[in-house]
Amino acid sequence: MANKAKKLMGDELLIKNGHVIDPANRINRKCDVLIADEKFVEVGRVRKPVANVIDATGKLVVPGLIDIHVHFREPGDEEEETIASGSAAAVAGGFTSVVCMPNTTPPIEDETDVEYVHRKARKARKTHVYTMGSITKGREGVELAEMGFMSQAGAVGFTDDGSGVQDASVMLRALKYAQMFNVVIAQHCQDDKIAGKGVMNSGYYSTILGLPGLDPLAEEAMLWRDIQLVKKIKAGTVRYHAQHISTAGSVELIRAAKKLGLPVTCEVTPHHLLLTEKCCAEYDTNYKVNPPLRTEKDIEALKEAIANGLVDALVTDHAPHLQSEKELEFLAAPFGLIGLECALPLYIKSLIEPGILDWPGLIRLMAEKPAKIIGVDKGTMSKGKQADVTIIDPNAEYKIDVNTFRSKSKNCPYNGWTVKGRVEKTIVGGEIRFSAESCPP
Amino acid sequence: MKVLLNAKQIDSILNKLTSRIIADIPEGVEIAVIGIRSRGEIVAQRLAKRLSEKIGSDIPCGTLDITLYRDDLNSPKSGSQPRVRTTEITFDIDDKLIILVDDVLHTGRSARAAMDALIDLGRPKAIRLAVLVDRAGREFPIQADYAGYKADAKPEKLVQVFLKESDNKEQVIVE
Amino acid sequence: MAEKGKTKEFKWQRKHLLGLRELTAEEITYILDTAQGFEEISARAVKKAPPLRGKLVVNLFFEDSTRTRNSFALAANRLSADVVEFTKKDSSVSKGETLLDTARNLEAMGIDIVVIRHNAGGAPTLLSKCINACVVNAGDGYCEHPTQGLLDVFTIRKRKGSLKGLKIAIVGDISHSRVARSDMWAMTKLGAEVTFVGPPTLMPPKVEQLPVKISYSLDDVIEKVDVINMLRIQFERLGGNPFPSVREYSHYFGLTVERMKRAKPDIIVMHPGPINRGLEIESEVADGKNSVILQQVTNGVTVRMAVLFLVNQAAAEKQAEAQNG
Repeated sequence: MANKAKKLMGDELLIKNGHVIDPANRINRKCDVLIADEKFVEVGRVRKPVANVIDATGKLVVPGLIDIHVHFREPGDEEEETIASGSAAAVAGGFTSVVCMPNTTPPIEDETDVEYVHRKARKARKTHVYTMGSITKGREGVELAEMGFMSQAGAVGFTDDGSGVQDASVMLRALKYAQMFNVVIAQHCQDDKIAGKGVMNSGYYSTILGLPGLDPLAEEAMLWRDIQLVKKIKAGTVRYHAQHISTAGSVELIRAAKKLGLPVTCEVTPHHLLLTEKCCAEYDTNYKVNPPLRTEKDIEALKEAIANGLVDALVTDHAPHLQSEKELEFLAAPFGLIGLECALPLYIKSLIEPGILDWPGLIRLMAEKPAKIIGVDKGTMSKGKQADVTIIDPNAEYKIDVNTFRSKSKNCPYNGWTVKGRVEKTIVGGEIRFSAESCPP
Repeated sequence: MKVLLNAKQIDSILNKLTSRIIADIPEGVEIAVIGIRSRGEIVAQRLAKRLSEKIGSDIPCGTLDITLYRDDLNSPKSGSQPRVRTTEITFDIDDKLIILVDDVLHTGRSARAAMDALIDLGRPKAIRLAVLVDRAGREFPIQADYAGYKADAKPEKLVQVFLKESDNKEQVIVE
Repeated sequence: MAEKGKTKEFKWQRKHLLGLRELTAEEITYILDTAQGFEEISARAVKKAPPLRGKLVVNLFFEDSTRTRNSFALAANRLSADVVEFTKKDSSVSKGETLLDTARNLEAMGIDIVVIRHNAGGAPTLLSKCINACVVNAGDGYCEHPTQGLLDVFTIRKRKGSLKGLKIAIVGDISHSRVARSDMWAMTKLGAEVTFVGPPTLMPPKVEQLPVKISYSLDDVIEKVDVINMLRIQFERLGGNPFPSVREYSHYFGLTVERMKRAKPDIIVMHPGPINRGLEIESEVADGKNSVILQQVTNGVTVRMAVLFLVNQAAAEKQAEAQNG
C-alpha cells in the first residue's frame, strides 16, 4: 500500500548527476536519467523539475544487474533460502532480475511450478524473478519435461543444473525440441562417469588432502559433446548455454565453437575467478563448490576469455546451505556458496581492478548480454524499457560481513574480505527496492 | 656463585661413599647401582666402577629415566619441557640391593619418582639412596642413606653439579 | 626436579597429531626419539607407566580396524589412561548424529584425547577445530595415517640406523592409500628416496608433483631398494576395476620369492597389515628373514605411546600457559 501511495504523489523519478553507463546505447558519461510510469523516459540532460530526485553525484548509474544463475531453494528447502529472502539478497546486491535454477524439491518441471515461483516473487516484491525449467522430468536425464507449457508460463530456459544431462541422445532431443519455443538450453557440464564421487578439483591438493577429485575432463568432455550436438543441428534457432565454466580446457572449447559461429554462450562465477583449489587445504567446506575451485592457470584462462569477449555472462551461482550442513566433513557437506550480496565488488576486484574489463565491459556482462541469453527485453536503459537501475558507489571500501546478509544462509567464503564498490540503490520497475542508507550493510 | 667442591674433593667424596656402601653390604646379597638421568647416571657409573674394583667383581650399573614418573607432568612449569629418554637397565633387579644414585638430593621428588619406577621394574631386596650432594629443601619424607656432601644452600639458590663426562669440567657450585 | 644446564632445546608444541605432512623433520625425529624411551615399558614385567593416569582416551572409530584400535588402546593402557571405545560403523552423515555432535557429546563427558579413524579425509582436522581435547588421527580416508607412517620410519631407523639416503619402494594402490601418503611425508622428510610403484590406474592425480619417483614396474625397482613396503590391496576402496584381475596384479606387483632373489640381501620387507597372503606378498616372503611385519606391530604400540604422551604434554602446557595469562 505504501508503494501505491508513493506513486500517487508523483510517478516521476529523476536520477541526477550520476555517471551513466549503458553499453547497449553506447552511453558512458555524466548525465541524468528520468523515469516515469515504471519506464525510462530520458537519458541525458533533464532540466524540468521533478518531485522525486536522487542525487547520484559521484555514483555510477547502470541498467539493473541480471544474474541468470541463482538457487532460491523454494520449494523444498525453505530453511536455506526462500524466494522472498533470496529476492531481498538480490536487490541488496544490485540485481534487478535473477533466474532461479529448477533443482528444487520437487524440481520445477511443469507450468504450475513456474507459476508458483512467479507468484512467490510477486509477493516478495523485490527483484524480478525468472526461472528456468528442468530439461528432463525429475531431472533424471531420461524423458523430456514439458518445455512448451513451461515456456508459455514464462520459463526463460531449461537446465538440469546440479547435474548435466548424461545421455547424449536425450540432450540432442532437448536441443532440437527447444527450438519450437526459441528458448535457451543451459547445461551444467559434468560427465558423471568421469566425475565419480569427486568433491574438489582433481589435482595435487586432492591428492595430498586425500579427497576424491573432480577431473576437469568431466566438465570438458560434456561441453565438447554438447558443442558437437549443436553443430549437428546447425541451422534453426537452437541456443546452447554452458553454465559456470571453470577450466582452461572449457575456454578453448568455447573459443573454437564461437569461431565456427555456433549459437553457444557461457557464463563464469566470481569464485572461479578469485579462488583456487588451494583454498580447500584446511577442509573449509565453504570452499566446496561444483564445479570445483580450480587452479591459477584456469583463472588466467577464464580472465583471458573475458578480456577477449568469449564469456557472455557473469553470474553468482548463489547456492545457500545451512550452517549445520556445511559443518560436516568435506566429503559429506553439500556443494555451493552464496554470492548475491557480494558479487559486484568481487567482479570489481577480479576484473576491473586488474584492468581486464572497463566499467562498460562489466555492465555488458552483468546486464545486457545475460538478458539476451534468457531472451528478456532488459539490460539497457533505452527509452520505453522497464526502468531497472542499479546505482553504484564504485569507490566505497568496506569489509564483507555475512551477518548483514539478507540471505538466510551464511555459507560465504568471502566473509571478512575488504572490497571496493557498494550498491547504493536498486530500482526495479521505477521503484526503489533497495537503498544502502535505509539498510546499512 | 660459590664453588662448593672441586675435582679433588669430588673424587675423595666418591671414595668415601664407596667405602661406606661396601661396609654396609650384608653377606650374600648382590648389589647393583642405578643412576637417575642425567648426572646421577654419571655418578652411578663412577661408583659402580670403584665398587667393582674394591669388591673384585663386576657390579651391574643401569640408568633410570624418571620422566614418566614425574609428579608435575600435568602441571608443567614454563621453561624446559620434560623429555623422555631411555631407561637402560639390562639386568634383573629382583632380590638385589639397589644403590639408587643421584647427583643432588633436594626436594626428594626425583627419588620418589625413581622408587616408583624401580618398583615397576621388579622387586629389589632393598633400595638405598646415595647422593653426591645433600642440600636443604626437602618436600617429601626422603633422606639419603649415603650423602657425600651436605650443602647448606638457601632454598632459592641453585646447587649445580658439573662432571667432566657431560660438562667438560668438574665442580659443584651454588648460585 | 628442574633440569639442569638449560640450553635452548626443541619443544614439542602440538596438541593434535593430524598428519605428517605438516610436521618438520625435527618434529618427526623428536617423536621417534621419544618413542625409544617407551620401548622398554612393553618389555617389563609390569607393562605400565603412570604419565596419563586419570586421563580419558576415546577411540572414536568410524571404520572397522581391530588392529589400529587395539594398538591405540594398548598404548593408552600402558600409560595408565582409561580408554573408552566408541565405534560407529556407519559414519554416513546423512542420517543420525553428525561428527561434530558426536564429538561435542564426548567432550561433555570430559575426554582428554580423541583417537579418530574416519572414512573422510580431513575429519580429524574438522574435529580439532571444534573441541578442546587432543585429536590424534588414526587414519582419515586416504589422506593420512600418521602413526603408521611414524611406526614405519621407527622400524626402519631401528634396523638401518637412519633413513638418510635409503631407497624405499611403496608398492600397490597408492591412489587410495593413506599409508603411502604418511610414509611418503615421513620418509622423504627424513632424507630417504621414495618410489611409488603400481599400475598407472592406482596412482593419484598429479602424482608427479609429489616428492617421489614413480614406477609402473616392480621388476625395475626391486634390485635397487633398501626397503620395500607392500600395501594391502583394499578391495573395499577400489572403484571400478583398476586392474583386470587379482592374478594379473600379483603377476606384476606381488612380492614373490622369485622376485626377492633379485633384491638386496639386507632388504627390509614391510606391510601395514592385514596381509592378503599370496596377493600382494607371498607367505614365504611375509614370514621370511627380511620381513619386519611383526616388529611393525610391536613398534606401533611404542610409537602410539609416544604420540599420546606428547599431545597430552602439549595440551597440559597450553593449559598452564592459559592459566598463567
